Amino acid sequence: MTGLAPVPDTGHETVPISSNDDVVRARQLVRSLAQRCKLSLVDQTKLVTAASELARNTLVYGGGGVMRVGLVRRDSRVGVTAVFEDSGPGIPDVDQALTDGWTSGGGLGLGLSGARRLVDDFTLDTEVGSGTQVAVTKWAR
Amino acid sequence: MTERVPVLKIGDVLLVSIQVELEDQVVLELQDDLAARIVESGATGVVIDITAVEIVDSFVGRMLATTAAISRMLDAQTVVVGMRPAVAITLVELGLSLGGVRTALTLEKGLDILARRDTTRPAQR
Ligand SMILES: Nc1ncnc2c1ncn2[C@@H]1O[C@H](COP(=O)(O)OP(=O)(O)OP(=O)(O)O)[C@@H](O)[C@H]1O
Ligand SMILES: [Mg+2]
Repeated sequence: MTGLAPVPDTGHETVPISSNDDVVRARQLVRSLAQRCKLSLVDQTKLVTAASELARNTLVYGGGGVMRVGLVRRDSRVGVTAVFEDSGPGIPDVDQALTDGWTSGGGLGLGLSGARRLVDDFTLDTEVGSGTQVAVTKWAR
Repeated sequence: MTERVPVLKIGDVLLVSIQVELEDQVVLELQDDLAARIVESGATGVVIDITAVEIVDSFVGRMLATTAAISRMLDAQTVVVGMRPAVAITLVELGLSLGGVRTALTLEKGLDILARRDTTRPAQR
């Protein structure tokens, strides 16, 4: 895949996403980091919800993968970055996948587009046949 | 290790209080359980208490909407109670405003809604 993933700088963790249980654990890990960097309750909820959507996509469409997550710093700000990676089929049409309501499965088609709205930074890097990587960051205000 | 969410029956109402972190499989089982229990018990209302739920993503949101639709078809009304403000804000931003789902702020108000609905029903059932 092309493109550089924003790697969380301090003490980041990598966890597998290969079952429904893992999706729950990924959510809990993101929540604890969001609390640690003092995101507001609303921002915590937004980030954890976005992570839940992306982890499920990794599992369902990517055939499983990993989440790398950690605190990030830029200038004087701190935030949480979570990167979801799989070596699945990739997304042939990114614009379509990011359209509200578009799904290739039986979903609502809100996961990707909704996750993008819920975070501050969103990057999607995908290549058909090699995989998908979605990185999201929420900054403390 | 998945535990089912308990469904309680109180009078004509089925009460579900979600107290565990929801895994997708558990969400689907709850949806099926509720449909079966409505028919089995002849319940006229369903209250889903999400006071303890910290996030509602598209999967859980869809379950709430689907459960409301299924129960309507089975002649029962669903009320979702106790949604946290942060959850409401997030759901709307996610793009899920749950238009077809009746909500109430508290369990008490939810039960009120169902009780009112019951008295407006035709007597013969
Ligand atoms: N990691 C991935 N690998 C391959 N395809 C993906 C991946 N993530 C998303 N997609 C594609 O993008 C589409 C849109 O994803 P999105 O999460 O928005 O909707 P959904 O998962 O279908 O439904 P929802 O998340 O609302 O339940 C998916 O249907 C799928 O085709
Ligand atoms: Mg999705």
